[in-house]
Amino acid sequence: MKKFALFPGCSLEKIASSYHHSALEVARALGLELQELDDWNCCGATAYFHVDELLAYTLSARNLALAEKEGLDVVAPCAACFKNMYFTNAHLKADPELAEHINFALEEDGLRFDGKIAVRHLLELLATEVGPEAIRSHVTNPLEGLRVVPYYGCQTVRPRKADEDVEQPQFFEAILAAAGATPVDFPYKLRCCGGSLLITNRHAALCLVRDLLQAAQKCEGAIIATACPMCQVNLECYQQQVNLEFGTDFSTPVVYFTQLLGLALGVPPRRLEFGKELVALAPISPFAEKLAHQAA
Amino acid sequence: MAARPSFSGEISNMLHASHGNPIEACMQCGTCSGTCPVATFMDHTPRRLIGLIRADFKDEVLASNTYWFCASCYHCSVRCPKGIDIAELMYALKRYSMWKGRYQEGLIGPVFSEAFVKMILRSGRSYEPVLAPSYMLSFNLREFLQEAQTATSLMLKGRLPLLPPRIKRLERFRRMVDRIIPIGGAS
Repeated sequence: MKKFALFPGCSLEKIASSYHHSALEVARALGLELQELDDWNCCGATAYFHVDELLAYTLSARNLALAEKEGLDVVAPCAACFKNMYFTNAHLKADPELAEHINFALEEDGLRFDGKIAVRHLLELLATEVGPEAIRSHVTNPLEGLRVVPYYGCQTVRPRKADEDVEQPQFFEAILAAAGATPVDFPYKLRCCGGSLLITNRHAALCLVRDLLQAAQKCEGAIIATACPMCQVNLECYQQQVNLEFGTDFSTPVVYFTQLLGLALGVPPRRLEFGKELVALAPISPFAEKLAHQAA
Repeated sequence: MAARPSFSGEISNMLHASHGNPIEACMQCGTCSGTCPVATFMDHTPRRLIGLIRADFKDEVLASNTYWFCASCYHCSVRCPKGIDIAELMYALKRYSMWKGRYQEGLIGPVFSEAFVKMILRSGRSYEPVLAPSYMLSFNLREFLQEAQTATSLMLKGRLPLLPPRIKRLERFRRMVDRIIPIGGAS
């Protein structure tokens, strides 16, 4: 069983706890062990980098050093945590002087950054480390006929890391297809949900969310799958506000891809924390009921 | 005595060496502005802002909302034909404006960022309710009520934390931060 350090991040503790639990369930079902990092701190979101770059790298490096101490590559389910950790790791590796400066601070907590581990995002990890074929072989409850919108968002794919496809990636679609679902061709799959603009520029963010929901409806997606707590919260929890603001009547469910994958892998729905959403999950109820019948 | 750097020189210096090409490489093609999902809400498009920086229009740049409206989606960065990391430039401008204490009046971004960082330095983890006053007070009544309604729905679903989380080794964490920012930091 391959083992990774899990960096849940602040969102997965509460507002996105369904992502946390379903990620653990899916990993277990697919033979991956995720061990939560002990005493991790906030990744910095976007705010640290607005205030001080050195401080931002230090706070992110503490988490990297915690994973190094365990000798494990670290996986982040949140796209923003992933982006911060991945690039802090890359920049510190490329700049030994910067790393030394930060190591001077880490010393206070008995930690050290040596650049010995890799940072992965959960979606990419499942797509490459496990792969669609292996996922397919574990599926017991295929999501047949379910039209799913694969919403990558921004920071799972951007900024560019090497020579990967940043305009038309397909790995999310591949995972959804492996789960038996039908991934729709979503032209806005890489378009921004607004992120923290929902707080700092509410009107702009609600416009972005509206455009995404409209595009999802246009390609007849029954449900949107996300791989980031920010995307999930913006698209789902603010859907009602979009409706009030623009006079629309969206009621498109938005779930974490791990919840859909878990369902396909036969994990009981309550262990995937269905029921915490604000928009009803009608399109997936047949698949959830099937599992309930099997259990009974 | 060394010559004082120009404004465009100062901004270039704020970009970390590994963050792509310098803004001098910009050929004003406008791919960034065409790509940016929030360009229509900005007073200057990203392309124009780069032009203003290069022409040393410091006051105009500091009075602009452009970088505070950047959502860090990095779409411009991956598309720039000259390899300029434009989203990272926006971060540099945010830091510069925070550092100088100069930004457009009424923007929530700078206030929110500062509140966020202070919160993390106190506890090591994020706790949304602490942040609410930094932006809710700028909302009009309708926005305030909508936001309160969303928060209530989330609370009822058990999706909002009731108690502020904190890391275990907080004292050591604060000493670590003190080594980076010795004055006015966490402790």
